[in-house]
Amino acid sequence: MVPVNDYVALSAVLFTIGALGVLIRRNPLIVFMSVELMLNAANLAFVAFSSVFQTFNGQIFVFFVIAVAAAEVAVGLALLVEIFKSKKNINIDDLNSLKG
Amino acid sequence: MTSDLIIFLVLSLIAVSSALGMLFSKNAVYSALFLALNFVTVAVFYLLLGAPFIAMTQITVYAGAIMVLFLFVIMLLGAESLAPSKALPWQKPLAVLLAVMLAVESIYLIFSRASSSGVIASPNAALNSMDSLREMAMMLFNQYLLPFEVASVLLLVAMVGAIVLAKQEKAGQK
Repeated sequence: MVPVNDYVALSAVLFTIGALGVLIRRNPLIVFMSVELMLNAANLAFVAFSSVFQTFNGQIFVFFVIAVAAAEVAVGLALLVEIFKSKKNINIDDLNSLKG
Repeated sequence: MTSDLIIFLVLSLIAVSSALGMLFSKNAVYSALFLALNFVTVAVFYLLLGAPFIAMTQITVYAGAIMVLFLFVIMLLGAESLAPSKALPWQKPLAVLLAVMLAVESIYLIFSRASSSGVIASPNAALNSMDSLREMAMMLFNQYLLPFEVASVLLLVAMVGAIVLAKQEKAGQK
């Protein structure tokens, strides 16, 4: 018997680690991985509540989140490859061409 | 302390430490492998929560497809480790401070304000049976049919978009 609050707290911790990764890392691939970690943390909270309320709605929502994450990663990584081909560098501090 | 709680604590220790390992690895390949470990740990959490279908989807899609895609791109670009940048030197301590504040505040609110809305029992045999899966499938294809179709169109659009972006443009042909 695990209280549902423990699962939600674990989800919050994983989400925070993901947010920290987005803020402090300079490698866009690791920024992407941190975004995936945040999506995963949200999914964990969804499944925990779905289990408490004995319903499948949360699990089906997680299924859709996984589909959207897969689509996002496919397009995002293709964009990164394209940026690397044109600039030969993917450090996100150097991607400031739009700066006025 | 029940065995469920011990399993939960050990698994959450693995999940948090693999997430931190992902965050602080110098080499992006190690980060990807730590993240794969984290995804598998979360899949075990899904099994404990009585969601075997989602656990298998997690392993197939996240730990399988998405991590392989990440590893391919890391090795293709040679972006294992980037040179440290000097831009925005104040950003890192500020980000750590804000993240610690976010974690402390959210955990404080979860444990002090939230009404304890229930406990999660260990999954019984009925929850892991075929009938339960069938019930979920009926719900997915009846109540959630339109989102399901939209998700399939979204995946098609993402596939076409990735192919168009990664396509080699031949000289003289735009």
